[in-house]
Amino acid sequence: MSELLVMRGIVKQFPGVRALDGVDLEVRAGEVHCLLGQNGAGKSTLIKILAGAHLPDEGTISLAGEEIRPAGPTDAIRLGISTIYQELDLVDGLSVAENIFLGHEKASLGFTRRGETNAAARDLLARLGHGEIRPTTEVGRLSPAGKQVVSMARALSHDARLIVMDEPSAALAHDEVANLFRIIRELTAQGVAVVYISHRLEEIREIGDRVTVLKDGRTAAVGLPARDTPTSTIVSLMTGRNVEYVFPPRPDRAEPGPEVLRVENLSVPGVFANVSFSVRAGEIVGLAGLVGSGRSEIIEAVYGARKASGRVLLDGRPVGAGTDRAVRLGMGLAPEERKAQALLLDESVARNITLAGLGRYSRFGWLDRRRELADARAQIEALDIRPGDPRRPIKTLSGGNQQKAVLARWLIDGGSSSSGAPLRLLLLDEPTRGVDVGARAELYAVIRRLADQGIGVLLVSSEVPEVLGLADRVLVIREGEVVHEAQAGELDEHRVLDLVMAAHPATQEKEDAGE
Amino acid sequence: MSEANPKQAAPSGAPPAEEQDRVEAQARRAVAAGQGPLARLGEYRHLGLVIALVLLAVVGLVTRPENFATTSNLVTILALASTIGVITVGMTFVIIGGGIDLSVGAIMALASVWATTLATQSYGPWVMVMCALLVGTGAGLINGFLIAYGRMVPFIATLAMLVAARGLAQRMSDRRTQLVQPDNNLLVELSTGRILGVPPLVFVFLAVVVVGWVVLNRTTFGRRTYAVGGNPEAARLAGINVRRHTVILYALSGLCCGIAAVLIMARTTTGSSTHGDLYELDAIAAVIIGGTLLTGGRGTIIGSILGLLIFTLITNLFILNGLNTSDQLIAKGLIIVVAVLLQRRSLETRT
Repeated sequence: MSELLVMRGIVKQFPGVRALDGVDLEVRAGEVHCLLGQNGAGKSTLIKILAGAHLPDEGTISLAGEEIRPAGPTDAIRLGISTIYQELDLVDGLSVAENIFLGHEKASLGFTRRGETNAAARDLLARLGHGEIRPTTEVGRLSPAGKQVVSMARALSHDARLIVMDEPSAALAHDEVANLFRIIRELTAQGVAVVYISHRLEEIREIGDRVTVLKDGRTAAVGLPARDTPTSTIVSLMTGRNVEYVFPPRPDRAEPGPEVLRVENLSVPGVFANVSFSVRAGEIVGLAGLVGSGRSEIIEAVYGARKASGRVLLDGRPVGAGTDRAVRLGMGLAPEERKAQALLLDESVARNITLAGLGRYSRFGWLDRRRELADARAQIEALDIRPGDPRRPIKTLSGGNQQKAVLARWLIDGGSSSSGAPLRLLLLDEPTRGVDVGARAELYAVIRRLADQGIGVLLVSSEVPEVLGLADRVLVIREGEVVHEAQAGELDEHRVLDLVMAAHPATQEKEDAGE
Repeated sequence: MSEANPKQAAPSGAPPAEEQDRVEAQARRAVAAGQGPLARLGEYRHLGLVIALVLLAVVGLVTRPENFATTSNLVTILALASTIGVITVGMTFVIIGGGIDLSVGAIMALASVWATTLATQSYGPWVMVMCALLVGTGAGLINGFLIAYGRMVPFIATLAMLVAARGLAQRMSDRRTQLVQPDNNLLVELSTGRILGVPPLVFVFLAVVVVGWVVLNRTTFGRRTYAVGGNPEAARLAGINVRRHTVILYALSGLCCGIAAVLIMARTTTGSSTHGDLYELDAIAAVIIGGTLLTGGRGTIIGSILGLLIFTLITNLFILNGLNTSDQLIAKGLIIVVAVLLQRRSLETRT
């Protein structure tokens, strides 16, 4: 088979980050080429370049021998490259057929030709083996698997020669994955090349032909055979990243502190089930798992921001639904999406810091703004937030300093007011996302210092080295279940990756049956 | 003027001391540059509105020198502005909090009808006032609960209230205009009396503006209103009870409608289901002209009041000059467009 797509020496620089640092990728017509790598290895940037969303700074791309430079999504589609993103980009209110031909409608003089559109859609769906999906059905009524089929039909409607799939199995129920694989096999039999991104090694073994591994924005290995390469080889290619993390030392504690948080049989149907654990004062507990494993949802449920069954106790007192109660009892959260979930971007640093503890500055609702500003200043100094002007709009700060401001929100002293319970438990969801390497070390030091002051910390991070380096104890989450628990010192990156990427139950069963 | 580059100021490890000094000095200079008296005036965000108001006053003085600047005309302008002005204060809260209230005019009508039924009137003027305030607050609470706990879109919930409240007002009054009885003339004193040469209802309006400003700018409730409108998810995750806050916001708007109902009863000596027709549009327009973002999280009471005064002044000028009301509407439409375009431009140059 000939090489359909050849990417050579691709470099992409973002402010402060070199996302891709010379990546090579070769994909043959009719193969399923798997792209593997940890979070931050550069997979998303690479496929965005293929999809025309980013232009590479250096390097060449050629498709079927011709050099190309996709300068936008339409450009890429015209060249025959279609991308199916993890979050499907369908319009729920339109019909299946309308979605498939969105942007290249079959029309004359602006009037859509509905009969022709529906007939063409029916052909495409039949080609995918899904004749049962009616072209006139509203897409919002389809299951996630059905939507995936529609996305694939849309890719086919563009006469795609190369289809990029970003974690296509993540949104699917277990029995739907097999169907996805069948479709992929039919596509490749027709000569279409598929670039398949997944964290599940077993899936890659089943559907993949060859594997390219990325690490730190570079290609660690090109074109390994997907079926025969030992797991240990693949995992070691992905691990041992060269990022210099500086973690503060763990204190030697003779005896653990008292229990701060106790979680019993916490469940959210369809997301995670029967999760139980505890966090002690002064302890950092890390949750390791893939995106979609349920780790962020566990944190939200603990915080009362998401309805769940089971019990959550803070210092022995039950925490029900509602974030206001969680905060009153002494919990604080630094959420995953800093800009969307934590910050008031137009407001000043000071107002962002005092947002959660406004009650302590108010007498009959009247704000003592001088005391508010003084407290904000004290926090800015304590956490070394720069620039140190409390009146500056927070959107002008760097990611690391914004994150410190979010932490500062929970650290203001209790004082005498009613709502000013001292912080007992800090929940951190991806605390270093979008924070540059130097500022990370500072954040790690701050988090450890807080724990040393007797605060319990529950940490979620996609970066395994971060969880292992910062936490005292680690829970490994897979598919909404705690599959392993150990002291951080007893685990290594290799072992954790093995655990989080272990077999997908559905494919595992099938493999067992086949052998 | 060079701004301190945030990247340089970011703590990448420990920057050398001189580098830190340089960045801080830069930041100081940037701050100092913004403190001259002229720069301060330029930064005053309602400058454009004040200029527009002055221009309109000049037009009044030139076209109607004998009528415009008279006490009676100025009193007329203020009395006219008072009713919608009170509603505008409530509307400003709701819009900064990320919502909208289309039902204000209808709630005011309902409150005025309820307060002027013979049964209510028999208890005297104070009960009439209480009745109007309670009806307004009650209707606002219904709006708030539908939106916060029934998860309805504010536009739809308050649209339903607009239609239903007006219908109820028609039903209660049998579509007749209800007169304030002579026994309850104390209420009418709000309009006919004079304190310092001004009808008392103008002071009611001023009091609502002052209280509104204080609540919005000096209390935790006001601060949380900006947070709830600016980023509801961040507010919720910071432990603010966003739903309860939303209910209070709409109740507040309803209360303002109740106060407005008292004022309109005083001015017209009637309660009627036709009171306050299209007031919601005037109030929303005033808030928008005042620079409040419809998306929430930003805005000021002062801006809204200036916007309202501009609108009222235009009405007054058209009447004084005997011009067509249709042209007046066209002028108002243009003012909205121009105001928003200018604000967008000044926002863009600032950032």
